[in-house]
Parts: sequence; C-alpha cells; structure tokens
Amino acid sequence: MLSGLSNLRDARIRIAKRIVKELHAGAVVNLGVGIPSLIQNYLKPDSHVYLQSENGLLGMGPTPPKDEIDMNLISASKHPISLGIGSSLFSSADSFAMIRGGHIDIAVMGALQVSEKGEIANWAVPGKDILGVGGAMDLVASAKKIIIAITHVTKDRTPKIIQKLTYPSSGTRAANLIVTEKALFEVKDNTLLLKEIAEDSSLQEIKQLTEAHFIISDDLQTMKIN
Amino acid sequence: MTIGECKKRISAKDAVKMIQKGDSLLVGGFGICGTPFTLIDTITESNHARELTIISNNLGEAGKGLGKLLISKHIKKAIGSYFTTNRDAVKAWNNGELEIELIPQGSLAEAIRAGGAGIAGFYTKTGVGTEIAKGKEERDFEGETYIFVRGIRARLALIKADKADTMGNLVYARTARNFNPMMATAADIVIAEVDEIVEAGTLDPEQIITPHNYVDYVVLNDRYEKIGGEYVERTK
Repeated sequence: MLSGLSNLRDARIRIAKRIVKELHAGAVVNLGVGIPSLIQNYLKPDSHVYLQSENGLLGMGPTPPKDEIDMNLISASKHPISLGIGSSLFSSADSFAMIRGGHIDIAVMGALQVSEKGEIANWAVPGKDILGVGGAMDLVASAKKIIIAITHVTKDRTPKIIQKLTYPSSGTRAANLIVTEKALFEVKDNTLLLKEIAEDSSLQEIKQLTEAHFIISDDLQTMKIN
Repeated sequence: MTIGECKKRISAKDAVKMIQKGDSLLVGGFGICGTPFTLIDTITESNHARELTIISNNLGEAGKGLGKLLISKHIKKAIGSYFTTNRDAVKAWNNGELEIELIPQGSLAEAIRAGGAGIAGFYTKTGVGTEIAKGKEERDFEGETYIFVRGIRARLALIKADKADTMGNLVYARTARNFNPMMATAADIVIAEVDEIVEAGTLDPEQIITPHNYVDYVVLNDRYEKIGGEYVERTK
C-alpha cells in the first residue's frame, strides 16, 4: 500500500493536480496517456492552457455530456472530447509538424522508468507485449519542456527512478521535471534535484524508494497541491 | 443532382476487386476514428485480398475496423505506431501470425506525406539513440543528430472522409481527419469512403482538405450509420 494514500487512484490524482501548477497561462501543452490524461479534469476553465491532441487538435475541451458525444472527436487516448474556444483541427502530419517543429511548450507524459540523468523509457518492456511507440519519441525529441508523471514505484514497489535505464530509451533528451505522488525532482545539468516532498512522505522514504542518486535542494519544500 | 452523377462512385465490392493478394494498403484512421468501415468489412468477405501489408497508425480496435480484418486473417504485416491496445494484434504477433513494424507516429505521418509529395525521405531527431534508429543513416546538422526516414507509398489507399462532392473533393469530420489527407496523396489508387455525396459546387472551397484530383474512386458508406455519436453497423 502506498503510504498515506488509500489507493493508486489517489496517487495518480495527486500527481495530476501538482502538475497543473506547472502549466502556465498561454502554454501549448500535450498530455500523454495515463496519468497525464487526468490533468485536464483539474485545469480551471480560465487557465488559458491550450491542450494539443496528437491526433489533430489544438484546444481540446473537456469530456462532453453523454448526448453530445461524437466519436469523430476523440483524444489521443481515444476518449470523446469537446472543442474548446479557439480550437483548430488539422491532419496527423500537421499535428506532428507542430510537435517536431518545437511548437509544443510542455509535454506531460508517463514513463516506465526515468534515469538519474533524466533519460526516459516509456514505450517498451523487453520480453513483454508492448507493441507501440505512438507519439512518445516525437515528443521526447522536440517538446520544449518535458514533465514526467509517474507513481514513485511499480505495483511491486520497484523504484521507477533509477540509476540507469534497463528498458529501451525513448530518445536522448532528458526530462525537465519528474513528479510522483511522493516527490518532485528537477533535472539540472544531468542531475536530479529533489525539490519537494509530499506531506505524507519523508526524505528517508524517498531515499529508500529512489534507486537513482539525487541531490537535495537547499530550498526543499513540502509539496503543495492546491 | 443525384449521387449517381458522381462518376467516381463505385460499389465497395468493385473497390475490393482492385486489391490483389499480397498488396500493400494505406488505411486511414486513428483507432477506429476516421476509418473506412464499409470497405474493410467488404475485404473481410473476400477471398482474394489476403496476405495484405496494412500501413495504418493502429489496427483499429479489437474486433472493430482493421481489427476485424485481422481476425478474418487477411493481414500479413502491419506497419504503424501503436498496436498495444488491440489485444488480438498482440496475440497474433506472439503466435507468429502477424509481422509488425513500428514507426514513431510523427515519422509515419511525415513519411506518408513525403511519399505523396515526391520526397524520397527526410531527416528527423525523433528516435535518435533508440532501437528505432538501428540500421538507419545518421547525419548531424548544426550539432544535432538526425536519422533518415524513407517516404512511404502504397499501391492502394483506403481512406475515410465525411463528405465527397460529385467531383471527388473531400471534407473531413473533426479528428476523423488524422492520416487520411496524406494517404490520399501517397498511393497509385485512392479509394475514398464517405458518409455522404453532395453536388459539386456546394462545398466551400476553403474547407476542402483533399482536392478531387487525388481521389480515384468514391465509395458510399452504406453499412454503418452514426447513432448516439458512434458508428454502428446497420441491420440488414
């Protein structure tokens, strides 16, 4: 069981809520599948954050009421969505030109592992049935800022933030920020900097559940969600 | 004007007759959004159009769209970016019944765009330093490493648009556009399935995404109708 959090769902929601604070007004943001897809639920309507969906939409709006669902309008997670004010539609080629051309300010994505240098593995597990890469490598290569949203450990409590990746990497670029339900790390000069610890965690627990080396910020804070 | 005056209009059955054993097909769609359901279902009923190489972002969903074509054993190889969520695809791959080639989604979209635009290939940063880069030419530009990706073309493209006009100009619906416009440019024979055919001149030229010269044939989607926002198979 995750200390202080009754279940995985609460952990995921906490991560999503913390990342919301990193999304500044005017930012063009791509949200990946998994925990990042929860973020939309916690964005204020007046946040002026513009969500890009890799399947061809800038200005994604929230899940519509049931009688307005149109399966010709879906997110990258293939869920029904709506069109926000000022939204625009385009092809997959134009969408990835937006991504690969460096026009996405922030990409929030899940990961299987992150290394102590911030390298990301989020597409394949050797020997397992993950036959997909999707848009992960495009975003890793080209988004201006990369935020990783992950639970601190796997279901069997194996650390996900580790010294060296053992799963195939998604690219040579590193994450800028790693947010878990227990901690927030910034990646600076190929090093992890622990900046925040959740109220119900402790430095001792972070050390125990993080295989990667990290340094502790002089300005270490308690993670604030709201 | 009646839809009969669309000279490019053919039946789904006649469209599928053009597919040969072992053909490569570009098929539009993101999951089952923007996918030519009627054409795909018609292929599942054919005996000749087997051992196909399908180039599509996914293989639809389990039992839906291209997922149906997988179950009916018409697919030999799938080239796309994401197959994990279709458990049938994973199973077929594990059993050695399906070859899979993974291409990052942006490289897939751009390769098809290039294929249709007379561009042999392009250099991209996507995939550098990963398993995807293995065997690919690398080249540095201004201190950064790029890999070379070849353009993609196929003999046929099966795409899905919302409407065609009687000349074959196409407009799309919302995110059902996805890969369809590029695929319309990157095949020798382009067959567009549409929900509706309208008279030429009634579509706003500003809104036409695929000009008519890219479209060889138009097939009317007569097997599925939209109910409650979803495409549902019509009862015969």
